[in-house]
Amino acid sequence: MSLLSVRDLVVKFAMRDQTVTALNGISFDLNRGERMGIVGESGAGKSITGFAILNLISRPGFIDSGHVMFDGMDLAHTSDKALRTIRGNRIAMIFQDPMVTLNPVLTIGQQMVETLQAHRSLTRRDAEKIAVAKLREVYIPAPEERLQQYPHELSGGMRQRIIIAIALLLDPQLIIADEPTTALDVTIQADIMELLLELCQSNNVSLILITHDLGVVSQMTERTLVMYAGRIIESGRTRAIINDPQHPYTQGLIKALPQQTLPGERLKQIPGNMPALSAIPPGCPFNPRCEYTVDRCRTTIPELVRVGPVEVACHEVQRMNRDTETEEQTA
Amino acid sequence: MRGDDIGQPLLEIRHLEKRFALDQGFLETLRFRKGHITRERREVHAVNDVSLGIARGEALCVVGESGCGKSTVARLIAGLLTPSSGSVHYDGTRIDTLSGRALRPFRRKMQMIFQNPYASLNPRMTIQQTLEEPVRNHFHGLPRAQVEDKVAEVMRAVGVDPNWAKRYPHEFSGGQRQRIAIARALTVDPDFVVADEPISALDVSIQAQVLNLMLEAKDERGLTYLFITHDLSVVQHFGTRVAVLYLGTLCELADTATLFANPRHPYTKALLSAVPQLKDDHPNHIRLRGEIPTPINMPTGCPFKSRCSYANDRCGAEQPRPLRQPDGALVACHAVEEDRLG
Amino acid sequence: MSNLSTNPEKTRMQKMWHSNIAYSFRRNPVAIVSLAVFLLIALSTLFAPLLAPFDPYDMTQFNILDSELPPAWEQGGEARFVFGTDAQGRDLWSAILYGTRVSLIIGICAVAVQALLGITIGLVAGYVGGRVDSLLMRLADVQLSFSTLMVAIIFLAISQALFGSETFNEYALFILVIVIGVAEWPQYARTVRATVLAEKRKEYVDAARVLAFGPLRIMIKHILPNSISPIFVISTVQVANAIISEASLSFLGLGMPVSQPSLGSLISSGFDYIFSGSWWITTIPGIVLVVLVLVINLLGDWLRDVLNPKLYKG
Repeated sequence: MSLLSVRDLVVKFAMRDQTVTALNGISFDLNRGERMGIVGESGAGKSITGFAILNLISRPGFIDSGHVMFDGMDLAHTSDKALRTIRGNRIAMIFQDPMVTLNPVLTIGQQMVETLQAHRSLTRRDAEKIAVAKLREVYIPAPEERLQQYPHELSGGMRQRIIIAIALLLDPQLIIADEPTTALDVTIQADIMELLLELCQSNNVSLILITHDLGVVSQMTERTLVMYAGRIIESGRTRAIINDPQHPYTQGLIKALPQQTLPGERLKQIPGNMPALSAIPPGCPFNPRCEYTVDRCRTTIPELVRVGPVEVACHEVQRMNRDTETEEQTA
Repeated sequence: MRGDDIGQPLLEIRHLEKRFALDQGFLETLRFRKGHITRERREVHAVNDVSLGIARGEALCVVGESGCGKSTVARLIAGLLTPSSGSVHYDGTRIDTLSGRALRPFRRKMQMIFQNPYASLNPRMTIQQTLEEPVRNHFHGLPRAQVEDKVAEVMRAVGVDPNWAKRYPHEFSGGQRQRIAIARALTVDPDFVVADEPISALDVSIQAQVLNLMLEAKDERGLTYLFITHDLSVVQHFGTRVAVLYLGTLCELADTATLFANPRHPYTKALLSAVPQLKDDHPNHIRLRGEIPTPINMPTGCPFKSRCSYANDRCGAEQPRPLRQPDGALVACHAVEEDRLG
Repeated sequence: MSNLSTNPEKTRMQKMWHSNIAYSFRRNPVAIVSLAVFLLIALSTLFAPLLAPFDPYDMTQFNILDSELPPAWEQGGEARFVFGTDAQGRDLWSAILYGTRVSLIIGICAVAVQALLGITIGLVAGYVGGRVDSLLMRLADVQLSFSTLMVAIIFLAISQALFGSETFNEYALFILVIVIGVAEWPQYARTVRATVLAEKRKEYVDAARVLAFGPLRIMIKHILPNSISPIFVISTVQVANAIISEASLSFLGLGMPVSQPSLGSLISSGFDYIFSGSWWITTIPGIVLVVLVLVINLLGDWLRDVLNPKLYKG
């Protein structure tokens, strides 16, 4: 049985003049210990998915319909009180900016002890012991001293490690990491990712990694969802998607990366911009930017269908594949 | 020396240094130490003795992590900051000491593209006003019709519909804004463009659009670029040469192909290995241990020594100078010089 | 996020109607009522000569026999004096209309003087920085450490003694505008300087410098238009403050003469009669003053919330 099962999740935002749909029928399953990536560009709805799982969508947004089943409980329709036993406890969240997540006026120790005592009945001394153990787990040198320090005394990489340690404090079953390394340098990012991977594997924790970086997804996850304008447009095993993307958008994203083109040559670019939520075109949301668009794409929304190892939401995926095959044969 | 002298760089910086004072007023410099009040000035050493030249038609990329001084180098070259010591030369003329009227012709030749397209356009001016202002300012007495033609031409060149000229920046997406910012730089027909992380605030699919646009402009207008970035995959694609900075110091300067095929400096190696690769299932990057020094207390010796696994006593005492390698690369590392990297 | 293709060209009015300010205004009953009341007061003072049954500046129209008549609805009141009359037999309704006009003119003109001084000094201090900034801001600190009223009282008392009360009364309006204007410029200078410091760091200013625009052009064409929101916000509060300052000074006898009464001088002139039962001479102008200041402050609050949710809060 899967740990997390999201079904037909719809999130809307009540704007001034209209209600826009930010998530439009998201469904996926996540198994215990599985690591899944959600990729997409800003505005695709990937962060909102993370928040919606924890029912953390705040006004003017709201969960319109759908279910988020976590261990037999529907998080989308649960009281705040019951949710508090889940949030931070069984599902932890790591955010992009470590400076915002940590409270600047409390020491690291105070924040860790507070988190522990909120969910477990522990003495201060015991809580500190656990905190030190967790800091050691994320390779923080001299953890006892760190407990006395304030966030501003630590470097960005160190802070993100501490946030990971706090996320792990209560031995969660699932970690949702929203762009956890975007604010960090490349060398630090690599360290943090490696650490996160190691911790998930050794503790059998599931991971949802929300990012725009296909390289990170490729190295960290087993499965990937690609989102566009509030919908999942492709999902499947990460390797399959990276090596042989089916949806024209995913193909475009991968081809647009500079390492996919010879130096100095023109990059393959996707024309246009992602539509605003208030102006999503009818039919396939990607149709104005897609080179394979036919009449049907402008009227009917494609469903996710299985194509080989992945699921794709594209009417023209069969024809497209034929085209690329003939291209390859002629080449 | 004149511009017709072959081998003369279009832009050159010599022994460039920039220090920022941390303590502004007199009172802030006073400190209480061991029962005495002492006066000390703390400084951030943002750029330390960096020298490099950029040839006409080249795209020199400067890479490094946050706080390595790469943006400061860009601002020093663009004249937004004045160097603490060292000099900036454009086409043989020293420009960092010029000001006001004498600097104007150089300002026109050297333009800058900024990181954040949400901040780099004046929100209270329409696109038309934003693009017309530089033209009017630099080509005095140009008839109105010609100004408008020029603006329309530049807008078409960057792929922004001239019919949108009456709109304000907030009506455009990030990618479109960055196009407009590029258009603004191009209105004054520059030869040299400093681009400070021009694509890092944009989405992946938009990054490709903007990079293509910049490459087009380079070919069509014969631009020379100084391209600041932290993204090595962009460097590989865009740059002809690469300068790697660490803590305001030049570590390695080489042709792009040479650097990616054969990185020499331990920091460059670590940096290259840390880039998440698409096809590689197993991350295998070089882990950097040790404290990251701050540019406030600059370490003696090699700035990278605290995180370098090859550091020895000499690295702790003596700062390595950039040395020319057989294939033309410049590397500042004692270990490379002594050939003990293995 | 924008979508240009679906947005047909809109007229200026349509854009304004759909703007955030207009939207928040439509949704805020307090702001609507405040603006309505303010407009009512402002328009009736503008058309005072048409609305007022008497000319309160024309002594020949007063009749001492009509003095201290209560408002029309009270016993002994007369229908031609809606709000009653003052000790000189002047129609209070007319006096209030003209008095409010004087108060508003002084308030707005004094704020214009403040704004001119403060914005210029703030812009220069913020943009140039360094010693110039330190000097100008210390000057502002010194100025702020004297209360407005104290400065004004000293200055007005001296000029009254110097020019004699005849000349003083003749130019009272100008002197008040200048005194209140000069006394409060640091408020503007500080606010403008703070926004300029924030705006100066933004990349559009760097872009302008790279394009070799001169400092004057950058300050006026680029930075100032982006600093306008906080200027708006403090302007409303400052108008209210200036009206109160003027009323206080007039109340103390240092402001507008009784022959050209402002709200303050009206309140003051009635004060002597309040215990003899003629409460209306003081109370009715007092209520008008309170309402006027209140609606301006409410409008200022609303503007502050709309334009700058983070500034000034907490």
